[in-house]
Amino acid sequence: MNETPLWASESFWKKTAIWVTAGSFLILVVLTMDSLSKTSAGSKRVPAYTVINKKIDYQYNKELHKSMPVIGENEFLFGKEYTEDEARQLVDLGKKTTQAKNCMNCHTLLGNGAYYAPDLTKAWLDKGWISREMREDMMVKFLMDPENNARTFGSNRKMPNLDITEQEARGIIAFLKWMSSIDTNGFPYNFKTIEAEE
Amino acid sequence: MSMNTSGLNGVMQNAAALYEKSRACLNNFKSWVQLDSSHLSDGRQLAVKYFTVAVILFFAQILFGLLAATQFIYPGFLYEILDFNVNRMIHINAMIVWMLFGFIGSVYWFLEDESGTEIVGLKLGNIAFWVFTGAVTLVVLVYLLVQIGPGKDSSLWFINEGREYIEAPRWADVGIVLVVLIFFYNVVATFSKGKWSGIAGVLTLDLVALAGLYVAGMFYMTNITHEQYWWWWVIHLWVEATWEVLVGVIMAWSLMKLLGVRRKIVQTWLYIEVALMFGSGILGLGHHYFWIGTPEYWLTIGGFFSALEPIPLVAMVVHAVYDAGTHAFKNGNHPALAWIIAQAFGNFFGAGVWGFMHTLPQINIFTHGTQWSASHGHLAFFGAYATINIAFFYLAIQQWRGNVWMGGGIQNAWRWKWALALLNGGVLGMTIALLIAGYEQSFIERAVEGSTWGGYFAAQNHPSFQNAMGWRLFFGGMTFAGFILLVWDLLTIGKSETRKAPEIFES
Ligand code: HEM
Ligand code: HEM
Ligand SMILES: [Fe+2]
Repeated sequence: MNETPLWASESFWKKTAIWVTAGSFLILVVLTMDSLSKTSAGSKRVPAYTVINKKIDYQYNKELHKSMPVIGENEFLFGKEYTEDEARQLVDLGKKTTQAKNCMNCHTLLGNGAYYAPDLTKAWLDKGWISREMREDMMVKFLMDPENNARTFGSNRKMPNLDITEQEARGIIAFLKWMSSIDTNGFPYNFKTIEAEE
Repeated sequence: MSMNTSGLNGVMQNAAALYEKSRACLNNFKSWVQLDSSHLSDGRQLAVKYFTVAVILFFAQILFGLLAATQFIYPGFLYEILDFNVNRMIHINAMIVWMLFGFIGSVYWFLEDESGTEIVGLKLGNIAFWVFTGAVTLVVLVYLLVQIGPGKDSSLWFINEGREYIEAPRWADVGIVLVVLIFFYNVVATFSKGKWSGIAGVLTLDLVALAGLYVAGMFYMTNITHEQYWWWWVIHLWVEATWEVLVGVIMAWSLMKLLGVRRKIVQTWLYIEVALMFGSGILGLGHHYFWIGTPEYWLTIGGFFSALEPIPLVAMVVHAVYDAGTHAFKNGNHPALAWIIAQAFGNFFGAGVWGFMHTLPQINIFTHGTQWSASHGHLAFFGAYATINIAFFYLAIQQWRGNVWMGGGIQNAWRWKWALALLNGGVLGMTIALLIAGYEQSFIERAVEGSTWGGYFAAQNHPSFQNAMGWRLFFGGMTFAGFILLVWDLLTIGKSETRKAPEIFES
């Protein structure tokens, strides 16, 4: 008499907890393997580092209802064509520098980080660099001496001087250019690039 | 030469005088607080050490949060001395670490009670505590004094890794893993020597996952998509899976001890919570994989499973409130019980409601990376994790004073009530201010301006955003006042109390 129904039994829920956890984790592992392989550098979603040799744009795609990176013809960075190795090394230097300088605790990258300064996901494509001709030079100058090349858009918020060397600045720019070519499923939405006509 | 030695002598004398002075201060303080550690078992003496450091780091968190919040309003404040990124890093790192200290302390607090035996590796536990505390101090000093390094591996090893929440340099990562392994050994060995229980089993498996996940975030990768992929494994699978379950465990034990709820009921609930939490939270990880380059199927999987995550949080509210109600709130530690109820609601609103509101990709594309996230982050971390730790501080202080009465009619009860009100009101106020700022950014920066730099600053310069930052600072001050009152109350509550709290047994 007075038997505990299944839904109130401790051992039933114990087994359920174990199976649900194990099952979810297994699915996550499978999806992780799939996602990592679909996003390795050189995949369709995450281009190879040599993409820094190309022109990059981000355009609204009517069929897909979202903006997509568009990779065009040659457009060398700092007037130089990088080999696969050189490109990887340069982007790596940039990525490492963004970590060593703690950029992520003011900026967001791919939308993650802090909210004190603008998102860097498509920073390479931003209209703030005025024109394609001026962009590289402006970016190097800004990164190396942000105090005197401040771009505060009337906010008085200035990036501090982070002792970035010229080589590090070039690395960061290569990293930003590469990052702007990643297919981010349409984030940010409705972004107008430096290439877009008014 | 002689100049040098006399200079050195002077320094030595000063140091000696300073040492004497601080010792005298410490002794004065000790005779003022009148805490008697002989009331505590050896295991609980270890626990209160962790709680003490947790409170100090909580203070650091609030202090550096206030500095960062001030910089939103006066950008020149401490510019190139303590820049926003330094303050913010210490703010959120101190939070992660004080909560971990609090959790470890809470587990040590109930380990002997739950296992029915003494902690096996007490000495090792004490060594681990001092190593951990020393390492944290060193890390913070380097954050403050060195701040940044060149773009080399050595910077990531010795200064900081520059990754939000887990900034600690890699040498410290290795240390943290070692310390957690010692902690884990103590837990498992103690249960093995004493007795196992459902609570013990869940705790052990959860700690394996919690420690293992940390390792996923220790590696450097050039590919930022991969890097953020693993980074979220740590952050999300901590706060929305393993930490939630850890809190479930701590809560289960507390409800038994505070209210006398039956073990069978508590453990059944715990299993249900584990099933719901892991069942939704593990794949809910996908809500961070919408926009980092990962495939489109995450939009569906992440949206769906994370939308289910509030369910276990509702269950936890029902559980806590139902138990408190059926036991008619009869209990000898009102502050602890109040903070436990605050946890149930804070977790539900901060994580469940605030999380749900921006978790669908159709909305998240506009709120992602705005103050909206910060709004949710504040209410969730405070509501789910600060509260439960504060409840344990009150449990600890009660026993430290010799199980004194802390129920109705105690002296100076206004202090704990006002601390509760100011802390919760302050964080809620900040949350609302940030929510307004987040909506404003979603509209102006994201929807209208298309997230350009110009758009970002158009939103930052907007009066409604700037007002929100002012209100955030105001409510930050309120939070700070609540914290000061909390510390004062913890140091004085029950001091002149002679009544004992009743022993509570399972009903
Ligand atoms: C106690 C549990 C939780 C805590 C402590 C927490 C904390 C946080 C924090 C701090 C962030 C910001 C991360 C960053 O810096 O980028 C975040 C992001 C997020 N959380 Fe939670 N959260 C919790 C539970 C939940 C739940 C249950 C949901 C969904 C129902 C949720 C949904 C989200 C979403 C969608 C984001 C991404 C925001 C963005 O687009 O950047 N969270 N969470
Ligand atoms: C005096 C009280 C506080 C102030 C003034 C304050 C201020 C701040 C500021 C300025 C930020 C940076 C946001 C940004 O990047 O724009 C921040 C981030 C954060 N704070 Fe606080 N904070 C306070 C208390 C707390 C408390 C009590 C908690 C939790 C227990 C907390 C958790 C967080 C989290 C999780 C983040 C990261 C949010 C994200 O990235 O989305 N803060 N806080
Ligand atoms: Fe999450």
